[in-house]
Amino acid sequence: MSQNIKNFSAEPIVRYRNVTKVFDQRVVLKRLDLDIMPGEKIALIGPSGSGKTTIARLLMTLEQPTSGTIEVNGELLWHMQHKGKLITANEKHLHRMRSSIGMVFQHFNLFPHMTILRNVMEALVHVRKIPKPQAQQRALELLQQVGLQDHIKKYPAQLSGGQKQRVAIARALVMEPKILLFDEVTSALDPELVGEVLDVIKGIAEKKDTAMLLITHEMDFAREIADRILFTDGGVIVEQGTPEQIFENPQSPRLQAFLTRFLKERQYGLASETAAAGAE
Amino acid sequence: MWDWNYTWEILPQLLKVVPITIAATLSAFIFACALGAPLAMAKQSKNKWLSLPVSAIADFIRKTPLIIQLFVLVFVLPTSIGLTLSPFVAGMIGLGIHYSTYLSEVYRSGIEAVPKGQWEASTALNFTKTNTWLRIILPQSIPPTIPVMGNYLITMFKETPTLSAITLVELLMTAKTLGSSSFKYVEALTLVGLIFLVLSYPSALLVRALERRMQAREGSAAIK
Ligand SMILES: Nc1ncnc2c1ncn2[C@@H]1O[C@H](COP(=O)(O)OP(=O)(O)OP(=O)(O)O)[C@@H](O)[C@H]1O
Ligand SMILES: [Mg+2]
Repeated sequence: MSQNIKNFSAEPIVRYRNVTKVFDQRVVLKRLDLDIMPGEKIALIGPSGSGKTTIARLLMTLEQPTSGTIEVNGELLWHMQHKGKLITANEKHLHRMRSSIGMVFQHFNLFPHMTILRNVMEALVHVRKIPKPQAQQRALELLQQVGLQDHIKKYPAQLSGGQKQRVAIARALVMEPKILLFDEVTSALDPELVGEVLDVIKGIAEKKDTAMLLITHEMDFAREIADRILFTDGGVIVEQGTPEQIFENPQSPRLQAFLTRFLKERQYGLASETAAAGAE
Repeated sequence: MWDWNYTWEILPQLLKVVPITIAATLSAFIFACALGAPLAMAKQSKNKWLSLPVSAIADFIRKTPLIIQLFVLVFVLPTSIGLTLSPFVAGMIGLGIHYSTYLSEVYRSGIEAVPKGQWEASTALNFTKTNTWLRIILPQSIPPTIPVMGNYLITMFKETPTLSAITLVELLMTAKTLGSSSFKYVEALTLVGLIFLVLSYPSALLVRALERRMQAREGSAAIK
């Protein structure tokens, strides 16, 4: 799909090994194994509650695995060596590891007390310690890329949902992560604003060699930009493959059922939209 | 009978102690604000060895009368650890500690009102814990608490007569001294009441105006 050069024979940038996550005695992820190659674009689809968000949050260090390991750049994320023993990573280790990872959230999570420009600059200045003028320059470039150069002095509350999400994407991108996580970043948007955000993400997917893990319900979008699609259900990856394999030739009954249900929903959605338009 | 001549005679003497009363209030308030913040953080700490004892002590202080705490500062400290505090300093510390337990609750509600997503975005952008507090969480949690803090300032001001019990020469103490030498308590006490009213009422109005402005701001922020 995308034109960037991907060296899939290289070492994976992310490696989940035997990762299990339990919430309140409920197994949410079961012995997950997953490799993500540098620059690879992966779409993660699956029914609600199947563990998609949890997969991303474990990598963003927002949630700690119950067991198993995650490697980033060949280094353990949640563990570190201490006196010859492997122990749970401390904040300092996590801080170092997190510099390769970024995330865009469903509800944007912009900082409401800062202007758009400061939202994008703040971490460059205070985390990456880049001098303010250069940081501002970088932030402006990114805001231009997402088409928001005319709004830099506004506050998040003054923007539409689609604009907010584009700011959030710029804010994550400016940190130059090696892997960028998107958790249903268009689910909270009004339908007419979804397109502008997806377009921005497509642009990034084509231009940047950042690896991307996209959790999405937008099947056409997943099909268009993903190198590989994972289907999760009940805390396991049930099936994975290229978009063609997944959409044209689904193997497992669960994926088949999921896709059928999805198609029906979309037809119904279109039908109800037309009905609403007719009623107006 | 109300004695106007006497009233005018003692008014300057009472007004003379207004500055010290205000100074005691303000310094105690600043002390309470400064102590309330780490208290709120300690109570929220994931470390049970820190949060449980601190919560228990704060609860104890809040649920016992201020005057007893003042007596401990003035009568117990000198004999137990040989520390003698001036009435003003003891008053400031006593009133400050007592109200820091209330203010820590105000901070806590302010901090809890910040959505979880703000913490998560801070983590995702790799802010250190200190930077997350200073740049993301506190700037969002403090402004909405300002009106409540203002109300506590007024409450503390009205609490200063308690400090007369530890011989701080504030308004009530002065009125008592004047009254006992002339047996005209009514004038002195009425004046004290009026002075408190004259000072608190505009402050209360100010706080209310502030509150309205905050609400207006929140309202406009909520509109997309
Ligand atoms: N912090 C938590 N505490 C308890 N249970 C949780 C927590 N986070 C997630 N879960 C549970 O784990 C399961 C998987 O959640 P997850 O959010 O990963 O699913 P998902 O595939 O992202 O679903 P959705 O499509 O609805 O976002 C769900 O049943 C959820 O209720
Ligand atoms: Mg989810």
